[in-house]
Amino acid sequence: MQSLRPEPRVYERQGRRDPAPTRWQYRMQRLWLTPYFRVLARVGLPVFLISAAVGLYAGDEGRRAALVGSFTELKEKFQNRPEFMVKLVSVDGASSELAEAIRSRLGIKLPLSSFDIDLAAVQARVEELDAVARAELRVRSGGVLQVQITERMPVVLWRVGDRLEMLDEAGHRVAGLAARTDRPDLPLIAGEGADLATGEALELFAAAQPILPRVRGLVRMGERRWDLILDRNQRILLPETDAVAAMERLIALDRAEDLLARDVLSVDLRNDKRPTLRLAPFALNEHRKAMGIDVSGSEL
Amino acid sequence: MTGLYESQRAMRHMRRAAMQRGVVAVLDVGTTKIACLILRFDGPERLREVDGVGPMAGQSSFRVIGAATTRSRGVRFGEISVMNETERAIRTAVQAAQKMANVRVDHVIACFSGAEPRSYGLAGEWDLQDSVVTEQDVARVLAACDVPDLGPGREVLHAQPVNFALDHRTGLGDPRGQIGNRLACDMHLLSVDGSVVQNLLYCIKRCDLELAGIASSAYVSGISSLVEDEQELGAACIDMGGGSTGISIFMKKHMIYADSVRMGGDHVTSDISKGLQIPLAVAEKIKTKHGGIHATSMDDREMIEIGGESGDWEKDRRQISRTELIGIMRPRVEEILEEARARLDAAGFDHLPSQQIVLTGGGSQIPGLDGLAARILGQQVRLGRPLRVQGLPQAATGAAFASAVGLCLFAAHPQDEWWDFEIPSERYPARSLKRAFKWFKDNW
Repeated sequence: MQSLRPEPRVYERQGRRDPAPTRWQYRMQRLWLTPYFRVLARVGLPVFLISAAVGLYAGDEGRRAALVGSFTELKEKFQNRPEFMVKLVSVDGASSELAEAIRSRLGIKLPLSSFDIDLAAVQARVEELDAVARAELRVRSGGVLQVQITERMPVVLWRVGDRLEMLDEAGHRVAGLAARTDRPDLPLIAGEGADLATGEALELFAAAQPILPRVRGLVRMGERRWDLILDRNQRILLPETDAVAAMERLIALDRAEDLLARDVLSVDLRNDKRPTLRLAPFALNEHRKAMGIDVSGSEL
Repeated sequence: MTGLYESQRAMRHMRRAAMQRGVVAVLDVGTTKIACLILRFDGPERLREVDGVGPMAGQSSFRVIGAATTRSRGVRFGEISVMNETERAIRTAVQAAQKMANVRVDHVIACFSGAEPRSYGLAGEWDLQDSVVTEQDVARVLAACDVPDLGPGREVLHAQPVNFALDHRTGLGDPRGQIGNRLACDMHLLSVDGSVVQNLLYCIKRCDLELAGIASSAYVSGISSLVEDEQELGAACIDMGGGSTGISIFMKKHMIYADSVRMGGDHVTSDISKGLQIPLAVAEKIKTKHGGIHATSMDDREMIEIGGESGDWEKDRRQISRTELIGIMRPRVEEILEEARARLDAAGFDHLPSQQIVLTGGGSQIPGLDGLAARILGQQVRLGRPLRVQGLPQAATGAAFASAVGLCLFAAHPQDEWWDFEIPSERYPARSLKRAFKWFKDNW
C-alpha cells in the first residue's frame, strides 16, 4: 500500500554541543551585569588609563621641558610669520623733533612681530612725554605701526628760578625754553604754584588786552593770588577772588584817569571797595607841595 | 526541625530583600529541563484591563523579563544525582535568562519535584487566656500542633495552616480579633528528604546565587493550573513531569495533600528506546513527534523511519508503524495514571465534594491523554495550562511550564506558612538577650 505521507524523515542522533558556560564565564557575565562595575569599567577605567599615561609621560622633567619647548617654538614660528611682522613706525601729528623723540622713546627694535608689541605699554611710554597730549597706536596692515600723536600746544611761559618752561592751558609742562626771546609771543608767569593756576592767568591776560604791550608778566604770590607786573616796575596787586573783575575795573580806571601812565609804584586792588595807590617818592612830594603841605622834614 | 524553621525564616527575609530590589529569579529544576524566569516587581499592582489579565493571583504585580530553559543534566526522578552536571545546567539557564533580562539576579526561588514528599495533617488546640484571639494566640495554637515522627533525615518543606476553628465555628481564614474560648487549627505539613534539599541548596550556592525560597513543584503547578473555583471547591492537579509525576489536592485555596509518583515521561522514552533499540535522544524525538495513546487504523499505515547509525543497511532502514509506537507508550502512561489514581484514593480524594482533576506538565501533551485519563481517573478530567503572566514568552506558556509559572505566583504571593507567624513569646530563647549583652560587652 502506498503511503499517503511524503517520505518520512530519518531520525538521527545529533551531536549537540554542551552549551554550559564555565564557572568563570558565568561569573564574568554576572560581574559585567553589575551596574557599579559597568560604570567603573566604562568611565573609570579609561579615565584612569589616560591619566596614568599622561602622568607617566609628564613625570619626567626632560620630556615636560621638551613638550613646552616644542609648543613655544611652534608658537613663535607662527608669530614670526612675515604677515605679522611690524617693519615700520609712522608718527603722525607731531613736529619733527617730537617725532624723533617719540621714535627713540618707543624702544622697539624693528622688525618685530605684532604679537610681541605691548601696545598699551608703548602708548603709556609715549604719553609720558610732556609734549604729547594723547597718543593712539595701531598696527596697520602692511607691517606699519602707526602712532597718531596729539601734541600739547604751549600757551604760557613759566619762569621757575632761572629756568623757563612752556605750559599748556592746563598748566602741564610742554618743554623747556632756553631764552625768553625764543617765544616772545607767549605771556610770562612766575612764582611758585603758578602752573596750577594757568587758566586764571590766561583769563587775566585776556582781560588785560588793552595794556598788554606794557605787561611784563604775572607773579603768583603765596600760591593764592596774582600780581600783574608792568614795565617801569609798576605792580598791580590782584585779589584772591574775582581777580578778572578787579582787572577789568583797573582797565576802566586807567581809561578814565590814565592811571597807569602816572608815576605810580603800585595799585592795590585787594580791597575792592578801596583801591590803594602807592606813588613814587618824587611824585608824592610834588603832590604834597601842590596841596601846600611842607615836605622838607619828610624822608619821602 | 528548628534548623529548617530558622532557614525558612531566613529565606523569607531574603525574599523580602529581593522584592525590595525588584528582581528575583525563579528556577524550576526538573528532570528533563531546567527553566529559569527572571521577574521584575514594579511595586504596587498596576493593572491594565486591556491586557485581559485579572488580579486574582497577584500575577499583575510582576513581569517576566527574562526566560531561558536548558536540557537538564544530572537530575533523576526530580532529584539531583550528579551535582556538578546539575550546577552547570543551572548556570546555563541562569546565564541565558540574565542575558535576556540584561540584569543581574542574586536571589532565586527554586522548586523541585522529587524527594518523596509526604503529607501530614496536623491539629492543635489552645485555650484562650482572654476571649479575644491575638497574634500570640495564633502562634501558640500553631506551636501546639503535634508534629509526627517524620523519619530520619526528613525535613519540613511546607507547613501551612489550612483551617482555624473557634469553639464550634470552623473554616475561619483569619481568626484574629474574634471572640471565643478555644482556638483550634489544622495544619498541612509536607516533608521531604532532607539530603535532596541540601543538594539543591549546595548547587545554587555554587552558582553564586542565594536561595530566597523553596517549594514543591506539585504545589506550585497546582497554583498555576487550577483556576480559582477549582482551588476553592476542591481539585487535584497531576503534574506529569519527566522523572516524576506530582499530585496535589487543593481545597478552599489551600493545598491539603501532595504526593509524587516516581515515574514520568522519561520512562516512556526509555521504554521506546529499549523496545525499538534506538538511542534515547531519537526516542525522545519520536515520542514528541509521533507519540499517542489511541491507535486508529490510520496509524497502521503511518510508517516512521527510526534509523540507526550502525552502518548495517538492514538496521538503518528500519521502519515502524505508529501503532507500534502507541503500543509501547500506552501501558506506561496507563501505569503512571493508575499509580496516581492509587495515591489519590489513598488520600481520600473520592470523599471530596468536587472530583475535578487537572492534568498538566510536559507529559500531559500526549495526544489522546484526556480520553485515557477519563477512563482511569474519572469523568471530570481536563488538561490544564498555566495561568497567563505578563511578559512570558510564547514558547514558555505551555503545560510544561506549569511549575515555573506557579513558582512565579508563589514568589509574588506566598501563602502564609508556619514560619511566617510570630514565635510564641515564651519560646523565645532566653539566652539570646544575654548573648546580645555579652556581645556588646565584648566588642565595645
